[in-house]
Amino acid sequence: MNTEKNIKTLIVKKPLKLDCGKTIKDFPIAYETYGSLNSKKDNAILVFHALTGDQFVTGINPVTNKEGWWSYAVGPDKAIDTNKYFVICSNVIGGCMGSYGPSHKDPDQKIFGTNFPVITINDMVNAQYNLLDHFGIDKLFSITGGSMGGMQVLQFICNFPDKSKTVIPIATTSSHSAQNIAFNELGRQAITADSNWRDGNYTSNDTNPGKGLAVARMAAHITYLSKKGLQEKFGRKLQEREDLKFGFDADFQIESYLRYQGSVFVDRFDANSYLYITRAMDYFDLAKQFNGNLSEAFINTNAKFFIISFTSDWLYPTQENKDIVIALNSIGADVGFVEIESDKGHDSFLLDVPDFLSALKNFLDKSYEEN
Amino acid sequence: MKNEFQVIADLIEKDKKVLDVGCADGTLMKFLKDNKNINIRGLEISKEKVQECIAKGLTVIEGNAEKDLKQFPDKSFDYVVLSQTLQAFLNPELVLDELLRVGKKAIVTIPNFGYWKVRFHLLFKGTMPITKTLPDEWYNTPNLHMCTIKDFFHFVKSKDIKIFKSLALNNLDKSTINQSNLGVKNLFADLGIFLIEK
Repeated sequence: MNTEKNIKTLIVKKPLKLDCGKTIKDFPIAYETYGSLNSKKDNAILVFHALTGDQFVTGINPVTNKEGWWSYAVGPDKAIDTNKYFVICSNVIGGCMGSYGPSHKDPDQKIFGTNFPVITINDMVNAQYNLLDHFGIDKLFSITGGSMGGMQVLQFICNFPDKSKTVIPIATTSSHSAQNIAFNELGRQAITADSNWRDGNYTSNDTNPGKGLAVARMAAHITYLSKKGLQEKFGRKLQEREDLKFGFDADFQIESYLRYQGSVFVDRFDANSYLYITRAMDYFDLAKQFNGNLSEAFINTNAKFFIISFTSDWLYPTQENKDIVIALNSIGADVGFVEIESDKGHDSFLLDVPDFLSALKNFLDKSYEEN
Repeated sequence: MKNEFQVIADLIEKDKKVLDVGCADGTLMKFLKDNKNINIRGLEISKEKVQECIAKGLTVIEGNAEKDLKQFPDKSFDYVVLSQTLQAFLNPELVLDELLRVGKKAIVTIPNFGYWKVRFHLLFKGTMPITKTLPDEWYNTPNLHMCTIKDFFHFVKSKDIKIFKSLALNNLDKSTINQSNLGVKNLFADLGIFLIEK
């Protein structure tokens, strides 16, 4: 593929035992970096991406030719200032932007499809940990990410308690709720119900379950926005027509918008990866790893936490973020928390929300000054 | 920094762990952190003030003292500070109990409704008193449970709360309150500062 020359890859030689019991080795992790690592190697920030993100955090994504998913937050003089910090982000395993995933070939040169092992958030961060060795970084300055990225942040500091000075989970949860699982299942059912899915072997059959994947994206996209945000942006406005057409074309702008979101998503994302990554999110329950006591997950770390939620986020609502704050406070950890006022729903962390961006910047820069 | 904060800071030894409840823009927190090497946390309800604290590099949790103090373990701070806010809670007694549970000691300051200017205002003008420490009108004041130094003094005694220090503040004038001068201090101080423990 011509895209592969733009993708930096680390081949992890060391075997990694996955939660499902299988072991993988000699597998690729695709990553990107921004800014430069200083001589003391104390300015590195590991960013974790969300469900449909990738390693191309900011600037133009060379594969999609679109702006990186966190362009508002990461870049020169931005909240995560790449003049100052060295930002590393890698594609999660199970993903489809170069890291080991279901579109890769198994040792017998057959495309994995659903024979790829089921992975977890824990597996993702254990795989990404290899990047620290690769760059010779003993301790990160910060780890951050929103949504599923936030889950990886929590799991990372739990697994490697002394490997980051600061920890910034954003718009996330320590345990996927029934509602979260329900929405993910809806997406998976949409994909597997597409006759072109072919039990996951669509590539070898030269088909693509694009319709199913688009529906999955449309349903998920609604959960990323707020009712108020949708109403203000679209209301009942009609799409390039004066009146209702009494048919099933996209009469309303919101319909047209969702169809567009679905169609562009299909061009850049792999249906099987969508199944694998949503599964990893559903399996995430950090408290369960410690017999129901979330505080135990953080008992060994001295890191400074800063947790951020958004008022209109109903997918990972403030209370679920606050539960993490409560767990940290109950063990006397250094934790700050702010709920940002925004109508932009769960997607707020990806958008131009000035209060959010300034809180993130101030926390990072002030913490770095104290270094 | 206002004199009240200086007096509070003087009550706290170096290197302690302190929670500032209703920390506002973090002025006291910053002073304690920079000058006394205090491991300081703040709890603040206003989103704007929380942002100001973050901009000062302070660890602050956005939250409501009436609901969010319960997440802190017993005696997890050497001191818990509550400055001029007790009267603004729906249930000040509950908050006071929580402060004394979370903190080994608590420092509580109260605007004194027994201050002579307050009494004069009500007596001669016949309208709700407005002073430097009580600047709001009756219809927009956050204060729900005003009390006097004498009220607070009696209240903590009745709850078997130990008073280590009780100070009366009138502008830059600081003096000690005790059982025998209580009436006088209640008239001439506009602020009471209490170091208490249970």
